[in-house]
Amino acid sequence: MMSKIEKELTVVNKKGLHARPAALFVSLVEKFDVTVTLAKGPEVVNGKSIMGILMLGAVEGTVLKITVEGAEAVEAMAEFKKFFNKQEEELVL
Amino acid sequence: MSEIVLKGIPAAPGIAYGTSFILDKGEFIVPKRSISSSEIDSEIARFEEAVNNARREIHHLKAKITQDIGLAQAQIFDAHLLVLQDPALLSGVTCGIRETNLSAEYVFFTVIKKFVETFAQMPDEYLRERASDVSDISKRVLKHLMDESKLHDLDSLQDDLIIVAHDLSPSDAVSMYNKKIKGFLTDIGGRTSHTAIIAKSLGVPAVVGLKDATLKVNNQDYVVIDGQKGLVIINPSEETKELYIKEQHKIIACLEKLDDLKNLPAQTTDGKKISILANLEFSSEIPAVRKYGAEGIGLYRTEFLYMNRLDLPSEEEQFKAYRQVARAVAPFGVTIRTLDLGGDKFISSVQTPKDMSPFLGCRAIRFCLERPDIFKTQLRAILRASVYGRIQMMYPMISGLGELRQANAVLNQVKGALRDEKIAFDEQMKVGIMIEVPAAVMTAEALARETHFFSIGTNDLIQYTLAVDRVNEKTAYLYEPAHPAVLKMIQKTIDAGHNEGIHVALCGEMASDPLLAFLLLGMGIDEFSMSAASILTVKRMIRSVKLQDAQRMAYEAMQLATGQEVEEFVDAQLHKFLPL
Repeated sequence: MMSKIEKELTVVNKKGLHARPAALFVSLVEKFDVTVTLAKGPEVVNGKSIMGILMLGAVEGTVLKITVEGAEAVEAMAEFKKFFNKQEEELVL
Repeated sequence: MSEIVLKGIPAAPGIAYGTSFILDKGEFIVPKRSISSSEIDSEIARFEEAVNNARREIHHLKAKITQDIGLAQAQIFDAHLLVLQDPALLSGVTCGIRETNLSAEYVFFTVIKKFVETFAQMPDEYLRERASDVSDISKRVLKHLMDESKLHDLDSLQDDLIIVAHDLSPSDAVSMYNKKIKGFLTDIGGRTSHTAIIAKSLGVPAVVGLKDATLKVNNQDYVVIDGQKGLVIINPSEETKELYIKEQHKIIACLEKLDDLKNLPAQTTDGKKISILANLEFSSEIPAVRKYGAEGIGLYRTEFLYMNRLDLPSEEEQFKAYRQVARAVAPFGVTIRTLDLGGDKFISSVQTPKDMSPFLGCRAIRFCLERPDIFKTQLRAILRASVYGRIQMMYPMISGLGELRQANAVLNQVKGALRDEKIAFDEQMKVGIMIEVPAAVMTAEALARETHFFSIGTNDLIQYTLAVDRVNEKTAYLYEPAHPAVLKMIQKTIDAGHNEGIHVALCGEMASDPLLAFLLLGMGIDEFSMSAASILTVKRMIRSVKLQDAQRMAYEAMQLATGQEVEEFVDAQLHKFLPL
């Protein structure tokens, strides 16, 4: 079943959605059969584009509108939510 | 062609001559070429093939660097691979080719340029750094797209070249380490820039701060480097060449004689023994450390474990690195300096705040105290490694007792946790501090009572004492190690340490100059740590002089008014003992 989900997620990581988190996010997106876009205001980037994500300059507190479309949209969105909630730990190692 | 002489700052000694190689002028020209509509598909295919080839190269390079240097240094290439599969980039180029009927290289170059420019303008340090990564990647792809390409990169570099660059970054250093390079010339930088450190650890000459060497020197020019005087001669005449070849033979003969000193102690003729240790950046330098007879490592710069990668090195990885070095230098010891980040050293995994004056900002111990998570991981790794050899540790850039106590409090927490977990470490491990901030010098007595040793970091101490940015070539002429103010700082530190009964070492570049080392010997330094290649020259000096004479000379030198007077005086004194 094809579905499209939109959700607003907040970057909680002190260092923003940069560096390692951006790379991790792209690898996560690639695990699912979905297309993903991230929007910060009028700027929309492809969720598989590391450069696009980096250029959003999403610092701590940025609200991103994430749109997921495709057969595994529900599963993917659940993972993204988890990813955004635990970013802090991810970076600190 | 007549010879052209450029004058720069001598950064690493020696003479070299050979063919020049210009490394990345930072700009390259891609011609705008139109294609016919029937060529579009084949042009896109050509682009895809170039990307695939570039990816293959990066995989290969990653494997090679992993093997030669370590996984940590190779991890930067994971990010490069991600960029080469970035849909925004790939579809940008394929759509571009279709829409504009322009060649793959031109469209690719335009798309990449936009990314690079955007990154370069980002306020954030990490993202700005990415601009050079993206240029790197683009060069790799362009090389496959352009037949008559004059683009080069470090991996395809042939041996025996003289590298001419605007500047060398710490990541260039990593790629350069296993190459046989004859010498370095750079436009910017001072005596303690990365280029100087790399050149010294490779044992080749370098001249930095040449301002426009990358413009004056052409690729494949014949060039002579005079690393003693800081001269570069482009297209030298036969006479000049001959002169330098003779000069080089003299230096080589001298070095061969020096080799006999390898296993002899660094002892003055009146019996005072001085320890000479080596500074270390990469564990792959250990063979050189042994070759020059260093009595251990006096400064292990751990920052390099953190560089050129997207994540932080884990406790386990650091533990293994420290253990490896400790074992490799046994029976001698190693002094590990805790992370000295900031100033001119940045890493990708942590965003350091953008300081207006990075050298006065949140760097070194300040950064570690702000990020106890990172600091504690390193302290645990060092403590765990301490049972595998003679390890001691020091904090960089301590500016007062409060900071030292704070750092020690973190250390005690980590020790407590290890005890609770029943993990062994050396309970007696010595913990010292770097003296590189004038405030630390002025409070040295108090600091000495709460630390096991001092290590004077002259590179920074000079810059802070004289208020001279050491990486700015415009102020380089003010960077005077023999300035009376610097000497007084050093003397005060030595005296304070000795009054409190602790050992005072010196680990800056200053120690590797025999002239200044002679002065420092007279001032009472107990231990020198320097780039391995300089050890034997300094040892030769020590073995030729009397401590008494050095002390008398140092006392007189301290009365002089300018750095130049000091240097001239010490030089004249030293010549009495050391003919050359």
